[in-house]
Formats: sequence, structure tokens, C-alpha cells
Amino acid sequence: MSRTMSGTGAIDATFSRRDLLKGGGAMIIGFSFAGAATAPVLAARGDIAGPPDPNAIDTWIALHADNTATLYFGKCELGQGNTTGLLQIAGEELDLDMSQLAAVRLDTNVTPNQGATSSSSSIERGGPQVRAAAAEARLALLQRASQRLGVQIGSLVVTKGVISIDGDPSRAVSFGELLGDKPFNVTFTGTAPRKQASEYKLVGTRVPRVDIPAKVAGTYTHMQHVRVDNMLHGRVVRPRGQRAYGSGARIESLDESSIADIAGAKVVRRGDFVGVVAEREWDAVQAAQRLDITWQDGPPLPDLATLPELLRATKSTDTVVVDVGDLDAGFAQAAHVAAASYFSPYQAHAAFGPNCALADVGPDSAVVLSSTQDIYASRAMLAKLLGMPAERVRVLYYEGSGTFGHSCYEDAPQAAAIMSQATGRPVRVQFMRWDELGWDNYGPAQVAEVRAAIDATGRIVAYSYDGWQHGWHINETSTELAMATPPAERPEGTFSIVVNRISTGSMYRIANRRVVSHAIPMLGLLKGSPLRSPLDMALSFASEQTIDELAHAAKLDPLEFRRKNMGDTRWLGVLEAAAKAASWQPRPAASQLADAEVVAGRGIAVGTHHVSYGAAVAEIEVNKRTGDIVAKHLYGALDCGLAVNPALVENQIVGMMVQATSRMLKEEVTFDQKGVTSTDWVSYPVLRFAEHPDCTAVVVQRINEPSSGAGEEVMGAAGAAIANAFFDATGVRLRRYPLTPQRVRAALAQAAANSN
Amino acid sequence: MADELEVKVNGQTWPVSASPDTPLLYVLTNELQLYGPRFGCGLAQCGSCSVLADGVEIRSCVTPVEAVKDKAITTLEGLAAWYAAQRNLSPAPALHPLQQAFIDEQALHCGYCYNGMTVKGAELLANNPKPSEADIRRTMNGHLCRCGTYPRVVKAIQLAARTMAGATP
Repeated sequence: MSRTMSGTGAIDATFSRRDLLKGGGAMIIGFSFAGAATAPVLAARGDIAGPPDPNAIDTWIALHADNTATLYFGKCELGQGNTTGLLQIAGEELDLDMSQLAAVRLDTNVTPNQGATSSSSSIERGGPQVRAAAAEARLALLQRASQRLGVQIGSLVVTKGVISIDGDPSRAVSFGELLGDKPFNVTFTGTAPRKQASEYKLVGTRVPRVDIPAKVAGTYTHMQHVRVDNMLHGRVVRPRGQRAYGSGARIESLDESSIADIAGAKVVRRGDFVGVVAEREWDAVQAAQRLDITWQDGPPLPDLATLPELLRATKSTDTVVVDVGDLDAGFAQAAHVAAASYFSPYQAHAAFGPNCALADVGPDSAVVLSSTQDIYASRAMLAKLLGMPAERVRVLYYEGSGTFGHSCYEDAPQAAAIMSQATGRPVRVQFMRWDELGWDNYGPAQVAEVRAAIDATGRIVAYSYDGWQHGWHINETSTELAMATPPAERPEGTFSIVVNRISTGSMYRIANRRVVSHAIPMLGLLKGSPLRSPLDMALSFASEQTIDELAHAAKLDPLEFRRKNMGDTRWLGVLEAAAKAASWQPRPAASQLADAEVVAGRGIAVGTHHVSYGAAVAEIEVNKRTGDIVAKHLYGALDCGLAVNPALVENQIVGMMVQATSRMLKEEVTFDQKGVTSTDWVSYPVLRFAEHPDCTAVVVQRINEPSSGAGEEVMGAAGAAIANAFFDATGVRLRRYPLTPQRVRAALAQAAANSN
Repeated sequence: MADELEVKVNGQTWPVSASPDTPLLYVLTNELQLYGPRFGCGLAQCGSCSVLADGVEIRSCVTPVEAVKDKAITTLEGLAAWYAAQRNLSPAPALHPLQQAFIDEQALHCGYCYNGMTVKGAELLANNPKPSEADIRRTMNGHLCRCGTYPRVVKAIQLAARTMAGATP
């Protein structure tokens, strides 16, 4: 008996046909036939709930008779190109080239559990697992070839999946001949040799991304494209914009007859969760908008204008993150002290395509398709929501649009699952623009107080950073509404938000340094979660402006000041690389102030996200009359150890610089007492095409260092470089972002008033 | 009656079962099952749903299907053929030169906004074979990208312009 998880069966039936018809590309291999062309043991792949044994080679790799290989990864393609990078790593250890390699989509019945695709961990932490598996596979193949050819393993060489005797290429056997479509049935020995970096042929090269051709041609299946037979279209119905966290959205009245004139439209209600379903998508859209529903008033959100003061005054739970030397003794040596408070706003993930999901929930099993960044965690949450064992829920990953952290990618599948369970039919839920922006799990706001000092020689002698922010959510909105779960947030620590010790001055030689993270409750504020480079933009904005102030007080060029206070060669490497790319000319900041209406400035900054080393230079123009800041050119350098594919890293650096510009200049979640008010691209503006800076990306390649994250680590530096460039252009510091025209005008007016 | 409504998409005529006020986007995605146009905002603010109507870029998320019943709709899927028809190229290339340029520049990340980037960029290149960077920035300004790939869209459009200049018969 097959134990196929099929819900009502509709997804299986539709997908086996559709994916077979589409054929081809590795990225759209469907699950229903994943093992169909292979031997019996592998044919079972897909029928049994995972995760499969990570110590079995078959979990990771299937070799085929045509001398190609299928790889099973547990890290999602998000458009960052990690599939390409992981295939390079696998190909390198297996001695296969890219044309012989393909990966399958993530599926809790098929792919291993490599944890969440978060923290830029695909290559850093996922890569070594893939490398180990590929090396084990290569060793197993060499052992078989050794027997077949009658020589020692040491006498064998491998090229493109063909094993031959060194010096006698006529005596050869291919991977496909040795194993084609049969399982390895081998567990890890732990002894398989890995290649040395000096031997790399595929790793370290600029292999084109495997996902791009289909995306360009319009044949790539994003989550939003998926349709199955017998499917209903669903929409969630919620207040436009979330309320104060903890107050949920309680229904006051609901009149189902208000959508009676929309053919086939039905309300799905579970607790305070409300959705509508309809046979046709436009009917579902209209029903969600026309449903007559009122919500109880909840407690008010605080005044956005005075949010910094509120956060600062809230009772916090404090963690001393760094405490070295003697801060008081350091400040006693001070020739100059820079001290200020800074504020960084709530910002949204703002997925360009709102999340979408499809659930097919049967009486005792379910299949759910979504853009989750962690299929196994998603499965556990869905199981709880549906009242089923996790093993009866199957989750498949379909790429959505880039979300850069925990957007509504769990909320949408949970909404779909609730509606499918209620209707007994597959339900596709597409979040509307206002659902995604209004009910996002935002990157939390932060207040920072930074104080640092130099002595008379320009040496940093003391540094303190205090940050106040709340944590990240635990339950998704759909669960909270449907199951009335009490408000909950992750405690500070490894799996939640904390002031990062690296971005807060660690790159400088500072004998006396103290960093304190002040956790405040999320209750009564907005729902929080990781947003690309969590907190790092806030940290670098505050920290690197403080460093810049010290440089200015020392009358030193900001690059020279940083260089003088740095000891670490890798930090110096990215700093110099960014400066060189920008043809940086030494002079103190704000030493060329001009009376013109439009003035230019340049700034430099460093930062990261726990690992890797980032630096950036920004060249901007400021219109002092309108307050407009134009980022003209950003230069970013990243040292992520061994860059498995430098072209992918360059593309990430460019993307980070553009997104950091957007977040520094434009983005802020706004709210009134009732709820969030930034629910579309007018009320939540992001950087537009005409506003983007030219970008120059530099990868500092270090082939003998372990690979580390490459998707977040230039965000902080890029944002802070813009802030420092503003000071260079105007002689005025901005301590709250986004740096909107209104704030710029106000700061310039205040500075002018102060100087009179 | 709704069942008399037809749309002409990528050179073929299709019966439409949706009501006349249904946005074209939902007809293209659900009835024709096209992958090019896609939902982004439903408010004509982002450009992910863009298609050409008689060669002019429109936002299919806010355009009732009835309003385009007399127009020739071209989606991402039909761009190469649309380009070939304009240039009298036979056979049509598999990809519009801008699509090839996006591959050559390795421009995209998630690729979700590239329907709009491609459709709008192709319209721009049809109207202005040698667009300056300022032309590109101005014309493309209605198309948002969250991944931050704007710089490479500029490069790709410039590359496609050079390709197309060489490909003119």
C-alpha cells in the first residue's frame, strides 16, 4: 500500500500531468513521478514522510544511467542562486560538470532537512553538508570502480563522471554504468576525502544561474502560477492593516448574506479567522472586499512620532552582549566624545508578489504548496493547525517573489489550509497587496544610544552601544485568529533578535567596549520577524555614524581614521576594496561644504550580519531646498571567505545596495491608533527605477577560508555610507531614517537655526 | 452575454467565460493559464501584470477584459513572435533580444517582476531603438523590483538595443 500524502487527491492528479507535460527543467520536476523512472527503492522517494536520513548518500544524490545526477537539497532557491552554488559544490566533489547536474524542489517527502533557508546559510552551512555527501558518493563510486577495474583507488582519476585508470584512459567506467538509477545503499563513512581549494575547477567559477533561463522565458513555475483541478480561489478577510499586537482582530458582526449575489462565494470562518472562497478568482476578490464585516476596536497603537521615546522608556530585559575592558577608564582618556541616540523604523518585507499558497486537505492527510523558507517547520505548524500528525502533512516549496525574510509565507499556506479543510476542496489563497503589507511580520524598530571616544592621538578608547527593540513572533496570524493562541514572541537569543556584537564596533581595536541589548515586549506594538540582515541596518546606521563623528573630531579622513583603528586584515581588506573601487580621495568629511542648492557628498562605512565582512562607499546628491537625496553611485565590497560563485555574490551585493538605499531613503511602516496604514506602494514607497544608484560590486575572494553568508552583509554598510555621505554633503547628521525629504529639510532648518 | 466575449492573445482568439468586468489578468492566468502576466498589487502600481495591447503596455490587473476585446494582446509568451513580426524575421527567435540580454547580464534574482520589465522594455525598444540611460530610467519608472536588479535591467536594455541594431534586416 502506498502511503502517498494526497489530501483530496487533486494536487497529485493535476501535478503529475502538468509537470510531465511541461517536462524539462530541473526546477519544475514534480513530486508525483519523482521516482517513476528509477529503480524500486528510489521509486519510494516521495511516498514516505521525511525527513530522510541525512547520513544516507541516497538522501542527497541519485545517479542515473545517462551519467547525470539529481541532487536533493534542503535549501530553497529564492533567486539568490543558491541552487547553482550548491550544484557547483556537488559537481566539484563528484567530478561532474553543470550539464550533468539537476536539483529537485523541496518537499517534506523527498528532500533532507537542512533547516530554514535563512541567515544566508545555504552555502555557509548547507554547503559543507552537500560537499560531504558528494565526497561520500564519489568514494563509494571509486570503491566500485576499483573492484571493477582491478586497481587501487589511488590509481583512478575521474572526469565528468567517468572513472579511468590514471595514464590508461581506455580502461574506464562511468558513474552511470556503475550505479545508474540504483541506490547507493551506503551510509556516510566520515572518511571520504574532500578536495583541496587549490584543486577546484568548478567551485570559484562564474557559472551562470540554472534558474534564469526559465524565469526569463516565462516557463518557471512561481507559487503564484500554480493551479490544480477542482480548485477554489480563496482570499483572507481582515482589517486593512494589523492592529496593536496581541489584540488580534475580533469580529463584531459578520453578514454572510452581503455576498449572496456573488455566485458560489462562501465565507469560511474559524474563530476570528475569516476567508472567502469562490470558483472564480475575481469573485473571490470581490467577495473579500464586499463582505459586510465589522471588527471590534482594540487597544490603540502608540503615536508613531514619539515611538522612539516610548521604546526607550519601556521596561526591558537586558543582555550584556559585550563587556571588555573598563568603559569608565576609557572615557576618562577621552579627548572627544561622540554621543547620540538613533532611531530605525519598522520596515516591511514588501514581497513584490504577495504570498500565495495552495492547500489540499483531506480527512486525514494534507498537501500544501507554498513559498515557505522552511518546509519542515511549516509542516509542524500546519499539522497543529489541522489537528493531524506531522507525518500526514506534506509541504512542497514553490519559489515566490523575493521576500528577504519571514514575510507572510507561512500565513498564506495556513489560510489556505483552513479554507481547504473547511470546504473539502483544494484552495488557492493569493494574498492581496494590502494583506501582505498590512499583515506582514515586520522588521522591528530600534532605538539606539551610542557613545564613543577618541584620545588625543585619534585612537578609539571607549565605545558603548545600547539598543532597545522587541523580538520576533512565534505564531502566524492565521493561527492566532483561528485558534485564539495567546500573544507570544521568541525570547532574545540565538533564534531571535539581539543586538549583534559584530556590527557594533567589533571591527575596530577598542580596549573598552560594552554592548547591551534591551529586549522590550512586542505586545501593543507591531508583529516582528527577521527582515533581511535583521537589525544590522539600524546597528550600522548608529555605530558607523558615531565612528564618522570621531573621525571628524580627529580631523581625519574617514577612511584613514577607520584604517588607523582597525587591526583585522579581513575588515581592512573590504574597507580598502570599497575605497579603491570608488577611487576614494582622502579628505575629512564635510570639508568641502558648498552653498549651492544641490550639493554632493560621499561616505564610507563597514558592517555585516554575524559573519562575513562588508564595506561600502556611497556618493550622493542632496537638494537642500526640496530635501531630496539622490544616491548616485554605491560601491560595495564583500569578503565571504571562499565565494563559490563570485558572479552570484556580485549580484547579491548589487541587490543589497539597491535595497539598502530603498530602506535608508524611503521605507517606513506607518500606523495610526487603529492600525497599520502603509498597505500599498503609495503608502509604503520603495526605491523606484529612476531613483536607483549605479552600483559597483567587489568580491574579496579568499579561497582558503570557509564560505560564509553573502546575502545580507553589505546592507548595513551601504545604508550607513549614505548617512555618512549626507554629513559630508551638508555638515549635518541625520539620526532617524528613512532620510525622507521632510526630515532632511527639518534637519537642515534646525542646523541653520542653531548656527544663527 | 459573457459567453460571447473573446480576446485575441498572442495571435490567437480565445473565448472568455469570465464576466466582462473581470480584470484581464484573471482571464490570462486562470482561463489561458499563461505564466507571463502575474499578480503584484491589483492597483496598477507595480507593473508585474503588464501586457501589450496593440503594442502599448497596459496593466492587466485593472483593465476589464471587455475593454480589450478589440485589441491584440501580447504577453511575455508572445513577445518573440511580436518582435519577429515587426522586423520581418522568419522564423521568429525563441526569445526576444531583451530576454536573451537578461540571461547574458544574469540580471534577475527571483524574476517575479521580469514579466513587466520585459514587456515594458520591449515596448521601449520598439519605440526608441537607441534609448539613453535617462530614457530607460524614465520609461521603466513604473516598474518596481524588490530584489534591487534595476542596474542590470539598464544594462540589459542597452545590450538588447545593440543586438537589435545588428539584427535589423
